Amino acid sequence: MDYNKRLDGRDFDELRPMEAKAGVIKKADGSAWFRMGNTTAYAAVYGPRELFPKFMQDPKKGILRCNYNMMPFSGAGERVRPGPSRRSKEISAVTEKALSAVVDLSDSPNAVVDVYIELPQTDAGSRCCGINAAAIALADAGIPMRDIVAAVAIGHAGSKIVVDLNYEEEHLPHYLEGLTDQDVADIPVAIIPSPGEISLLQMDGIVHKEVLFKALQKAKIAAMQVNEVQRNALKEKFAHTNEVDFDDNNGSNGANYNNSDNTNDNNENQFDENN
Amino acid sequence: MGLLVKDKQVVVPGDILADDLGFIPGFGTYRNNHNLVCSRLGLVNMEGKVVKIIPLSGKYLPRRNDIVIGRVFDILMAGWRVDINSPYSAVLSSKETPEFIERNEDLSRHFDLDEHLVCKVTNVTSQNLVDVSCRDQGLRKLRGGRIVHVNTHKVPRIIGKKGSMVSMIKQATNCRIIVGQNGLVWIDGEPDKENIAVDAIRKIETESHIPGLTDRMKTYLEEVTGVKLSLTEGGDYNGLQ
Repeated sequence: MDYNKRLDGRDFDELRPMEAKAGVIKKADGSAWFRMGNTTAYAAVYGPRELFPKFMQDPKKGILRCNYNMMPFSGAGERVRPGPSRRSKEISAVTEKALSAVVDLSDSPNAVVDVYIELPQTDAGSRCCGINAAAIALADAGIPMRDIVAAVAIGHAGSKIVVDLNYEEEHLPHYLEGLTDQDVADIPVAIIPSPGEISLLQMDGIVHKEVLFKALQKAKIAAMQVNEVQRNALKEKFAHTNEVDFDDNNGSNGANYNNSDNTNDNNENQFDENN
Repeated sequence: MGLLVKDKQVVVPGDILADDLGFIPGFGTYRNNHNLVCSRLGLVNMEGKVVKIIPLSGKYLPRRNDIVIGRVFDILMAGWRVDINSPYSAVLSSKETPEFIERNEDLSRHFDLDEHLVCKVTNVTSQNLVDVSCRDQGLRKLRGGRIVHVNTHKVPRIIGKKGSMVSMIKQATNCRIIVGQNGLVWIDGEPDKENIAVDAIRKIETESHIPGLTDRMKTYLEEVTGVKLSLTEGGDYNGLQ
């Protein structure tokens, strides 16, 4: 028996509907909200800020610290026990690794950037959704980074490669007669879009080498779609920002306000006329 | 080919800004093979062949000669540790105070914990150790008034050209106002006038992108305070007064 039609009627390489918004948490230095189907994630970034205890500081570069948390009411079934678990610690660690491949904290020695990922609603693919939200939040916080990481889960069911699984597909043998656990695999992948590098690759299940390569190809295409949503969310937040008179920024000290204005004296007037 | 973005366009990390070698990477950009790629969220700024990014978000990073408002949060052997709303705290040495301090004197008599002060950044090292000084005209402890936090990247707009914006608010509300480069603003005056000044600053912060800000603020301030304002260029604005 094969998996011929997806349970929710999507195409095999169609992602769940995605939505994203940047700057949703006012008190955070950067924040974002990301939705993939019924999975939603909030990410809040604080920092760079001083890191204590002092022995954890790195004088060469700042460190990134991620925390993944599923809210107790987030799943469809049993209440998730609050607090850190073996699973959430592992996901925090892999999220950290997936993101630190792009962020550059060499300008913030001895400092830390904290990323808190909260999931109020989960329907599989939560680590991917969390990474997607966190990547937007880091960019929103003005952290220097190479690119915006995009993550998506790729699965294998029967003979088909399935993009962006939901909970039912992750547990397909329970929902579909004739498939066993051997036929189903779930592969979360995080991709750095511009070089096409992989910064997270995990797998639950068994697949053939050839199938894995095919799956990674599909992951790259899907991640580009995710990345598009992430970029648009950031651009939307700052879309209204087209300030002109930024030369003031260079002269941060008072004295410079006296000296540097022969070039930008009329900027504000020009701005009014042009717009 | 060539430049792929417009000047003053909003770009996000990973955006390709130019795809040939004719451009030079500036702040917030890096080169990847022949591409020039953005590494910070902000606005594109062209200066000849140099492409740089003007950041729109991020923490305040101290720079030499910045006038900042700080909060004393620790007293050291020969100075104070000052929180300057940045990832790194600053040190105010006891030699850098307006009045002379004897050896073994109790430092809390000059600046106590949780007191605010205006100071100037004198030195920033590569490891981001920051020194501040209070030994210049107008640098002092802040008594009374209130502190408002604003976005660091909006500070130039609140100050305005040669301090025109802040002096307009001062004229309208009759408050004493100090805008620190680190995004802290100190306001001291009559309580209801202070409120007007805070509202005005919040208004600048949220509307700085809409053209005609100065004129709009002038009408707004005249409306609330009833004071007829003349647009004066501060002339000798030094970040204080």
